[in-house]
Formats: sequence, C-alpha cells, structure tokens
Amino acid sequence: MKREELKVYSYLRHKKKFPNMWCAGCGIGIVMHAIIRAVDRLGLDKDEVAMISGIGCTGRMPVYVDFNTMHTTHGRALAFATGLKIARPEMKVIVIMGDGDALAIGGNHFIHAARRNIGLTAIVVNNSVYGMTGGQYSPTTPTGGLTTTGPYGNIEQPFPICDLARAAGAAFVARSTVYHATELDRFIGQAIQKKGFSVVEAVSYCHTTYGRLNKLGTPVDMMRYLKENSVRVQDLAECALKEQEGKIVRGVLVDRDIPEYTELYNQVIERARAA
Amino acid sequence: MTVKLMQGNEACAEGAIAAGCRFFAGYPITPATEIAEILARRLPQVGGKFIQMEDEIASISAVLGASVGGAKAMTATSGPGFSLMQENIGYAAMAEIPCVIVDVQRAGPSTGLPTAPSQGDVMQSRWGTHGDHPIIVLSPSSVAETFHLTIQAFNFSEKYRTPVILLMDEVIAHMREKVELPSAGMVEVTERIGTDVPPEWYFPYDETSSDVPPMVSFGQGYRYHITGLMHDRAGFPTLRLDEINPWLTRVFRKIERGLGEIVMTEEEWTKGARTVVVAYGCTVRSARHAVKMARDRRHKVGLVKLLTIWPFAEEVIERVAHTARRVIVPELNLGQLALEVERVAGRHKVRRVNRADGEMLTPQQILAAIEEK
Repeated sequence: MKREELKVYSYLRHKKKFPNMWCAGCGIGIVMHAIIRAVDRLGLDKDEVAMISGIGCTGRMPVYVDFNTMHTTHGRALAFATGLKIARPEMKVIVIMGDGDALAIGGNHFIHAARRNIGLTAIVVNNSVYGMTGGQYSPTTPTGGLTTTGPYGNIEQPFPICDLARAAGAAFVARSTVYHATELDRFIGQAIQKKGFSVVEAVSYCHTTYGRLNKLGTPVDMMRYLKENSVRVQDLAECALKEQEGKIVRGVLVDRDIPEYTELYNQVIERARAA
Repeated sequence: MTVKLMQGNEACAEGAIAAGCRFFAGYPITPATEIAEILARRLPQVGGKFIQMEDEIASISAVLGASVGGAKAMTATSGPGFSLMQENIGYAAMAEIPCVIVDVQRAGPSTGLPTAPSQGDVMQSRWGTHGDHPIIVLSPSSVAETFHLTIQAFNFSEKYRTPVILLMDEVIAHMREKVELPSAGMVEVTERIGTDVPPEWYFPYDETSSDVPPMVSFGQGYRYHITGLMHDRAGFPTLRLDEINPWLTRVFRKIERGLGEIVMTEEEWTKGARTVVVAYGCTVRSARHAVKMARDRRHKVGLVKLLTIWPFAEEVIERVAHTARRVIVPELNLGQLALEVERVAGRHKVRRVNRADGEMLTPQQILAAIEEK
C-alpha cells in the first residue's frame, strides 16, 4: 500500500514535520496512531478536534497531527485545555501528556480536572521516566528502578495513575499498553465519546534511558514484557493471586455517569439570567 | 450614562465586562479577590464563564486556553500569585495570545505584609518572565481610571495580540469613588483582527503590514499549531535564524509602532516647571496634593502622571527633565520605576521618595523632597 493510501496519512502534517523526533522503537508514535484511528472511527471532523500537550517527548505529539493543536508549558496542558473547553464546549479536546508532565508538575491540575469532571480526554503515556531530559526518575518510576537521578535505585513509590483518576472523580478510566494497540484505540474512542473527564493510561517504555540503565533490552524486549506481564481486568479473577502480582491490569476500570462541568455551567448561566 | 459609587476592584470587573471579557479564571487572594467574586456573579448574567482554578498557574493557563478558543479572557491576582503566573505570561508573549492579567499589588517580598499597599511589582511586571519580550503595563490612580484602563487593557491586548498587565494597588482596589459609567454602546471596544483567507493561506504568525498577524480561534476551520517554542510563520517550531530573528524583531516592532496610543501620560503644570514629580498608581494622589501645596508656596512644580508604565514614557520624561532642574519619583517600593527615570533624565537630576513598609507616602514626605535644597 502506498503511504498516501493509509488512513493515518490524511491526519498527519506530513509535508512539514516529519520525520518525527522520537527515538526509533519508541511507543509514543503507537499512541498517536491509536488516537488517529479512534478519531477516524468516530468520524469526527478534524476542525472540531483539539489536541493539547505539555512538555516532554509526549508533549511533542500535537505538532504532527492535523487538528487544532497547542503545545503548552510543562504540566499545564489540562489547565489550558480547561479554558479552551469552557470557551468551546462543542470541541473534542484531547490532552496528551507524559507521566512526569501529568503527575509531577501537572499533578494538581490532573486531580482537579478529574474532580471537576470537565469533558476532556486525558491520555497519559506512561513510560515511567523523564525521557527527554535523559532518564531521571518520574512519579511512576518503579521502586528500585535505576535512573540518572536515582543511581542507587528509586526509593519512592510509583503513582497508580488509574486509581488516582478514579479517586479524584474521573467519569471514565481505562488502561492499555502500546503493545495492545487496537485495544488502546478502542479505549481512546470510548474516552473521547464519554461525557466528562476521561483518562486513558497508555503504558509504554523508554528503551533509550530507563531500558538501558536497567538492562531491559531492546524495544522488542520491552514490548514483549508489556505483552507477557499484563492481564485484562475481566481475566483477573481467573489468575491466581500470585500471578497477579506486578501485572499491568488492562481494561475499562471506571465508567460512570456524572454531570459534566460545561453542561452544569450552562445551567449556572440560566440561573444567573433568570435571577 | 450612570453615576455610581464603586470600589476599585468593582470598577475593574465592570470595565472588563464593558470591554467584552467573557472568561475569567482566578484563585482567591487578597486584595484582588473582589474582582473574582464580582465576575463570578456578573459573567454568567452576560453569557460569560467564570471558573475558580486550583492555583494561579492554572488560572493563567485557562485564560490562555479560553483566549485561543475566542473568548476575551482575564485573570486577577496579587504579588504572590503574579509570581506564579510568570512562566505563562511569557507563553502568551511568545504565542501572541491576547489576555489581561490584573495584579493588585501588595507589600512583598513573599507573603510580605498582607495586605498592605505596595508598588513593588513594577519590575516584575516588566521582566518577571524569562527571555526578551514586549509587554504593556497600565496603572490606574483612581477608581474611574480603573474602569477605563481595564477596557483599554483589553483593547490593547486584542489589537496587538499581547498580554497586557493592569498593575493596580491595594489603595485603588479597595477605595470607593464616584465613577461615571458610560451606557452600553458608548464604550470603544477593539476586537482582534480576524481573516477571511482560505485556511490553506492562513499563517497565524505571518508578517503583515501592521506587524500584528490575524488570529483565528480554534474550531473555526483553520487548523494550526500553537507552541511556546520559537516558531515559523505557520506556528511550527523552528531553529532557523532567518525565522527566529524576524519573529523577535516583529513582536517588538508591533508594540513600538503603537507607542503613540499605548504610552498614556497626563501632565499638570509641567510647563516651565523647575521641579517635576513623576508618579503612577495610588502615589499620584499624594503627589498631586504635594504639588498643590508646593505651588501654593510659589514653587514651580509640575506633575507627570504615568497611566502606562511599560513601555516606559521615555519621550515625555526626556522632555520634562530637559527643562526641569529636578525630577522627583515617589514610589511605594525602594526605587523601581526611578531606575527608568534616572536612565532617561540622568541620575543627578532624580530624587527618589520611597517607602515599602506598607504605609502610604504622605503628601508631606513628597513636599519635603520638593523643598529640599
């Protein structure tokens, strides 16, 4: 198939921005493709889609896709997106973040966007490390993992992103991995359609920094790890407890109907005008 | 026209609405909180939106997102919150996103003297964010001026695609004065420059005859990229020197070309004055009183009131300093705008009158400086 015939082609800013800046073997491109497949399957008009990011490897994604795109400051993507969504509630606003962006510097915005249940689709590409700056420990680095700022092993606990989103009030929470690419685009599609704040954790890896420091092998090895060490949430019951330990649980973990922020605010306008 | 007794913060909120502000994001902080409280009530009445964010960083971020969505947008804070907003004020300058940031100054540094008056953020308003960037900073000295300068802040911000800072102080913010409110339709309101070219011809950072490129909101069929990285005319990141330098030149030039309307000053008795007092914000009030007292005592004294602090009113100060023997700069800080006056007027001509202990400068303190040999 010629590249022009690929569906993804019409969603990319192919004339301008390619080749992309991600390392060969990186999982972020797989997430980008999954988002495009989800948008395409939902039949969304590119004009009504906005993609907002912060800073980091994942933060570079918007420049490659032909939507309304904004590459904001580190950690602030959700706050920018909140303003955009309130000004243009009819738009589908996808916020793409890395784990450091979403949960360290942007952690406060993450929990408050969830608490507000504002209609944003937050996709967190979790590669458990700061990749762009060269492999420092992030809020999702496994305890004991080696990083350039934790050369004797990480002594902190990783954030469970999905549990955090659930507790903070998100309407929809799902997790998949970059190995399970079609599952990922299915979850992203559901997340975009969900009214309210939705979170998809896309578990990825960084072979260039974390993989190298921890001797985890090639991108293929790290991909194989995601395949062999993850389990679908509906299969959990069948696994022996021992087997569940350390497994990445994939699936739709939260799906609940809560009033969405911009819809509630329209009621505020009605009340204010009636008064 | 209606006449109303209003608080400075209320005049700011009403000025914003009159200017077409339809989005406010903020975080509570004294002495700016009333602006948020009033807009929380008023904005939905006119179909606008208000949101209280989780902090000041989130507030300025949401303001920029809303502005990209097409809403005239504002936030209001005080020194500590203003410090937190600085990174994204730079983003607004870099991405040329119109927005208004109100800083009701209080005495610092840090938590300082909550919430005694101060003019300590003069330099922060100019250089608070990193990197070279143009900025417009306006400072009202009365409640009525607050109303009008808030409208002006929006107009400049939309016209020049730039962040504009309204630098208020606690005295003006909490003072109540008479304001003549123009009736709807009598307020001059500027809208951002749009475009009707087809999307494939649209460049959000194009070189244009006015140096201000048209700005289209997201969701209007013109899909483009916005970034805090140095970018080309399409908005895409660039490292090319032949794209970086034209951008830098243009964003400074777009403000320089507007200096005639942006730099607003008022003069009283400056003609033939041997001594000129240069003041802004609440200090104007003590300064005017002092100048009147000095004139009663037959001193040739004039007053220059700066409504625009940045860009600095170089031409006006140069002119008055040329004929005056002495220029007095009273400020509620330890000498910030005085540095600029000294740069233009010459160090030997400038006398600073300062106080940063949370109390107002009295007319007597300024009078003493006028009468000093």
